[in-house]
Amino acid sequence: MVATEYLLGYLPILIFLGVALALSALFVFLPIGVSRITGSHRPDTAKLSEYESGFPAFESPRSQFDVRFYLVAILFIIFDLEAAFLFPWAVSLEFTGWPGWITMMVFLAELAIGFAYAWKKGALEWE
Amino acid sequence: MTETFVYWGMDPDWAWFLATVAGILLIALPLMLAVAMVIYVDRKVWAAMALRRGPNVVGPFGLLQSFADGLKVFLQETIIPTAANKGLFLIAPIITFTVALMAWAVIPFNSGAVLANINVGLLYIFAISSLGVYGVVISGWASNSKYPFFSAMRASAQMISYEVSIGFIIVCVVLWANSFNLNAIVWAQKGHIFGLINGFAFNPLLFPVWVLFLISSLAETQRAPFDLTEAESELVAGYQTEYSSMSFALFWLGEYANVLLMCALNATLFFGGWLPPLDIGFLYLVPGWIWLFAKIFFFFLVFSWIKATVPRFRYDQLMRLGWKIFLPMSLIFVVIVSGFLMFTRYGA
Repeated sequence: MVATEYLLGYLPILIFLGVALALSALFVFLPIGVSRITGSHRPDTAKLSEYESGFPAFESPRSQFDVRFYLVAILFIIFDLEAAFLFPWAVSLEFTGWPGWITMMVFLAELAIGFAYAWKKGALEWE
Repeated sequence: MTETFVYWGMDPDWAWFLATVAGILLIALPLMLAVAMVIYVDRKVWAAMALRRGPNVVGPFGLLQSFADGLKVFLQETIIPTAANKGLFLIAPIITFTVALMAWAVIPFNSGAVLANINVGLLYIFAISSLGVYGVVISGWASNSKYPFFSAMRASAQMISYEVSIGFIIVCVVLWANSFNLNAIVWAQKGHIFGLINGFAFNPLLFPVWVLFLISSLAETQRAPFDLTEAESELVAGYQTEYSSMSFALFWLGEYANVLLMCALNATLFFGGWLPPLDIGFLYLVPGWIWLFAKIFFFFLVFSWIKATVPRFRYDQLMRLGWKIFLPMSLIFVVIVSGFLMFTRYGA
């Protein structure tokens, strides 16, 4: 079957995932075992507390953060989706010809209007 | 290699499996060795530019410095802070390093010398490098500490911002090569300029795109001048602050593997990959992987040169550059490149 052969091309990547996961898990967990054998594993309260320039932490680190990070993430989704639409279009220009090109330009123009709006509203400002 | 195993009397499926695993190790282990060596090169270049000597004690010319460092962190105690989410805390470096290794599965080292010759290779790299954000975010969150958390927020926003313009830049290259397969992209660059020079970067329309890509790849890998996530004066060591031992080293290995990947992409997408720089017969006598490695090394020197000479950006400058300059410019180049190709190649 054609589909099976097509998917077989991805099998090395799956095996690579397995090998890479095994390698990195080994790198993380082997030193934990080794440090117990060599005796360098000596935890104490001060060592295990979170870093805060040498004194106890004032507040929970998971308090508030700037809402603009959300805004960046939302804008990213829009433009990454746009790029996802561009990918198949880019390799099929010879089949779609001028109609395909013009349609995509209209789509890009619409997104450019949205981008200009976000810019004007100050969504891209970081002081 | 599969044929050899079959010749030794092995079942073809197992022979294929063994050959694939051998190919994977042939990529992963030299990559780790290369990372150790480029860290040394990096330190030597910065030292030379600051009129210092750099590492010169361990081994001849300090060549074994990275291995000594590696052995040291390997024997260190792994500290897991009491406040941390232990599972996620240990998973984060695993994700970072796995992702950094996996992208190399589709890089062609020579004509045909590629582990997985899939037809959407470039898309695969784009997808895999997006996954790198997870390692950063999870490490920052799981550390449950202030500086790693701020650093992870910064790093993820920075990485996704520049990913947008990298996406559009990739579209420009794909438009010209008319394929997502990295080997096909390399072949499309053969004799690209006057039938003599191999490489898209020398095309007047694609040269500005390459400049955008080079700077975006610096930002994507958080190299100087965009290394805000590790701004020592503000964030200690960034999202790696709470890490120790090999978990800490994995972030470094992953980061440098990503830097090398970006150098390889610069070479493959814009400078003809494993093709020699000029399309002249006798240059093809040199094996392709030597040309590719020479180009990767050249771009790595450019990266450390930039790190040694350019001052760090401020965060608002970084975001302005990404969203207000790179995004519109790369979008405009998609329009220009596709329009030019419509008139010259697909039009009529």
